[in-house]
Amino acid sequence: MKLLFERSRSGRGSTLLPACDVPVTQFDASLLRSAAPRLPEIAEVDLGRHYTELAKQTHGVNDGFYPLGSCTMKYNPRVNEEAAAQPGFTQLHPLQPLETVQGALEVLYTAEKLLCEITGMDGMSFQPAAGAHGEYTGLLLIRKYHQSRGDSARTKILVPDAAHGTNPASATMAGFNVVSIPSNPEGGVDLEALRQAAGPDTAGLMLTNPNTLGLFDANILEITQIVHDAGGLCYYDGANLNAVMGQVRPGDMGFDCVHLNLHKTFSTPHGGGGPGSGPVGCKALLEPFLPTPRVKEEGGAYSLYTPEQTMGQVRSFYGNFLVVVKALTYILTLGKQGIPEASAGAVLNANYLMKQLMGHYDMSHDSLCMHEFVMTLQGLAHDTGVTAMDVAKRLLDFGIHPPTMYFPLIVHEALMVEPTETESPETLDQAAQVFLDILAEAKSDPESLHQAPLHCPVGRPDEVTAARSPILRYSFDD
Amino acid sequence: MGSYIPSTGEERQAMLQAIGLTSADQLFDIVPEAVRVKNLDLPDGLSELEVGQRMAALAGKNRIFSSVFRGAGAYRHYIPSIVKTVTSKEEFLTAYTPYQAEISQGVLQSIFEYQTQMCELTGMDVSNASVYDGAVAAAEAVFMCQERKRHTVVVSGAADPQTLAVIQTYCESRDVPVVILPAEGYATNPDALKAALTGETAAVYVQSPNYYGVLEDMDAIVAAAHEAGAKVIMGVNPISLGLLKTPGEYGVDIAVGEGQPLGMPLSFGGPYLGFMTCKKAMMRKLPGRIVGQTTDAQGRRCFVLTLQAREQHIRREKASSNICSNEALCAMTASVYLAAMGPQGIKQVAELCASHAHYLAGELGKLGFALRTGDKPFFHEFLTDCPTDPAVLCAKLEEKGILGGLPVDGGILWCCTECNSKADIDRLLAAIGEVLGK
Amino acid sequence: MSNIPANLKYSKSHEWILEEDGVFTIGLTDYAQGALGDIVFINLPEEGDDVTAGEAFADVESVKAVSDVFSPVTGTVTAVNEALLDDPAQINEAPYEAWLIKVGQVSDSEELLDAEGYEAVVAAEEA
Repeated sequence: MKLLFERSRSGRGSTLLPACDVPVTQFDASLLRSAAPRLPEIAEVDLGRHYTELAKQTHGVNDGFYPLGSCTMKYNPRVNEEAAAQPGFTQLHPLQPLETVQGALEVLYTAEKLLCEITGMDGMSFQPAAGAHGEYTGLLLIRKYHQSRGDSARTKILVPDAAHGTNPASATMAGFNVVSIPSNPEGGVDLEALRQAAGPDTAGLMLTNPNTLGLFDANILEITQIVHDAGGLCYYDGANLNAVMGQVRPGDMGFDCVHLNLHKTFSTPHGGGGPGSGPVGCKALLEPFLPTPRVKEEGGAYSLYTPEQTMGQVRSFYGNFLVVVKALTYILTLGKQGIPEASAGAVLNANYLMKQLMGHYDMSHDSLCMHEFVMTLQGLAHDTGVTAMDVAKRLLDFGIHPPTMYFPLIVHEALMVEPTETESPETLDQAAQVFLDILAEAKSDPESLHQAPLHCPVGRPDEVTAARSPILRYSFDD
Repeated sequence: MGSYIPSTGEERQAMLQAIGLTSADQLFDIVPEAVRVKNLDLPDGLSELEVGQRMAALAGKNRIFSSVFRGAGAYRHYIPSIVKTVTSKEEFLTAYTPYQAEISQGVLQSIFEYQTQMCELTGMDVSNASVYDGAVAAAEAVFMCQERKRHTVVVSGAADPQTLAVIQTYCESRDVPVVILPAEGYATNPDALKAALTGETAAVYVQSPNYYGVLEDMDAIVAAAHEAGAKVIMGVNPISLGLLKTPGEYGVDIAVGEGQPLGMPLSFGGPYLGFMTCKKAMMRKLPGRIVGQTTDAQGRRCFVLTLQAREQHIRREKASSNICSNEALCAMTASVYLAAMGPQGIKQVAELCASHAHYLAGELGKLGFALRTGDKPFFHEFLTDCPTDPAVLCAKLEEKGILGGLPVDGGILWCCTECNSKADIDRLLAAIGEVLGK
Repeated sequence: MSNIPANLKYSKSHEWILEEDGVFTIGLTDYAQGALGDIVFINLPEEGDDVTAGEAFADVESVKAVSDVFSPVTGTVTAVNEALLDDPAQINEAPYEAWLIKVGQVSDSEELLDAEGYEAVVAAEEA
């Protein structure tokens, strides 16, 4: 597959702009670049075909089953895209006078109110542009809160060992030290270890519930109580909210702040790695510290204001606004009935698929799961040499995006499966059959699985060479 | 209405039975009863027709200006038709981060192409796959420059105030001292910068063209910083690089900026695109996703996420950045935009922007809007005095469908792009003349 | 079965140590490199940095993992094998030649194992 630069022919291109209709500005030669950038020169038709070819080599949710654990790859409704593509949203300058952007402010205000109801929070900021950005912002809320009380001893954030990698990384960025809390055999937080760790130096706890094993921690009220009793705050990682939205609210479970991934739970597309949106919500005690600006409403008029003890800004303007438009469209569509129906559907689909695989594949835990479950292929690897990686790669040959591999770290040879609610039972049945067929292959012909995938545009890339001798851009000197 | 669940109620009942349950409620039996949601206070769901109308009504409450002379960090440019066609392809739109290279070559190759284009545009060696926006790119770049004995960052006060705000937020949490060097005459004074540098200065952040449109004296700034052993981070408007000297040619260590002008609509502030490019020596300090070229077992060229051991999912609390999802589709947008423009097109955009801005500045001068920045060179933005109350003037212009410059510091910060034709500018001038009674 | 030369000392965290005239040369054992897999990059300290017994002084990256390398001694880095920065694969290919750092002015040391003692550590981990 040729690169743009390999398709380039000098002198080609499209006429996109008119000739200059005013005197052309002449800059001093010392201010000019010495050579033009070697951008490709391509006719529009060939440019179009280039990307059509690239699209054919890309697997999106619309191409097939995408049970990528922890990523909630649900269907991205088209009406959301239409809503966000309206010129009344796309052509707004972020610094227009407020009376000319009342609809945009109403979008932010309404989305905040609805998401606060869903999470049990009192205030929310849409400035964070992704989940990890939201985590960072939420932790800054915690930091500011303790600072405002003159409590400088609280330097530690407790993070379960099964947590997403972003949790400890975000805590470090926010200036905290990370204390890892072990999981108990049921995959939940080890209460005794938590009690030991929580104390006067505890700033807070970061928790995903259901956790990365797909299990709801039934001790949740006790967990948040332990942290609160120690004077810490509780942070809810909303990556797995799709399991419980409309069923139980983080605020009611004792959490003081949350971040959401609108690109997971609220159906906005992930774009091959963003743009996402990672709004952060909090209880009233943390609201004064939220990023600036916030939106308020008085007598039907919307305006912006700066919270009195704001942490400042974590991004320019108001975050990824168009993503919020899409999420709002989704929430309004589902409404009070659809929101809990979606989470129930997600949990049902996960259990239905798990049930079909149980007894064939080993599960990390055999109890009912929430929206996702984790299989461990340690036994298979031991018996046949076929690893989680091999099985994942073989799934590609059947048009199925593999589950998340080798995560959580506490499960060996892990495959984390999240079907989401937007898959039909026959899709799940077919996927189960593929999983079982691959298992049979693993037992009859393990060697062939090491070669998988066999029917993709390329085979497994040599990642070692890629990392040892990085080639990170096209070289024109070739 | 509904929840995009394909199965019928009957089918779901059968699925429940298959897992040994009788009702969907039982799926959540593990949740403590005391905190189960009893009454979710949300509005009733809507049909697609209704929700479409509701969102159209919201969009309709906003005002679109046909004529925009406001920039200040967000810029209205012409977006070639092919850009939207490509980036709305469902494969690109609905894919996740390309962890599975074998079925993600399209996304991976496009990021590799983006990285190459950004290196070419900025004159640097290495690019990442994007961060959230230009302000965050600047803050992340500051962290890249942290050394064991050098922590302080000196930041030009002539940079975008929102970028300064984000740098301050990020640095405060990591105890990185920030020194803001006050702007002098709306620009960075290299001598004052020199005086502010110490043996503990890790980096200098300068934006050029700066917030007021001025092209900074980058040669002197880079020389001063490097002499003091500090790295230089240059914030830059990517459109200006169609014409103007690159960060690479100035010898800076890291180039960052807001990529929105490269094909992204204004969108009330987002999604936007933070780009970061750097010298090869800093490659492994670059945060976020990076795509590399390699081969498969059959020797076929392919692309893969690489240098992952820097990242949060592996390094956890020791990672230098927590970024995970970035702005991949925005990076693809920029890549398609740059490919559609080509080297001539991008130069033409830059020339039109600068020429329109200089024409407007000259004409405004005749109406009493003196340039605040004297004879300092500027690109496509400039700050002028305002012979009347800037807010009043802008309000009058808005009545005529014109979004004027941004009131800043008692004056007005104007911006022109290729979209502001001479006729458009002349209409603005006529409208101003009318307001001033001239 | 990994190679454990008899003339070297070892730490429980899989570093080898060669002491000559008060200078301690430190590298990764054959077992360590095998467990890490293909090493793609290494972060090393600089000459003149202090290292502390039991604390990390470097880290090695494979494609999907990063691991700390611990110093068995407290002292000052007198030399760094910078060739590894360009070619970390040397650690996989010849672990006992691909030294990482040399440490002088050693004031403290953790208990070092001889080849036999280290073999027992490896055997226990492999079990």
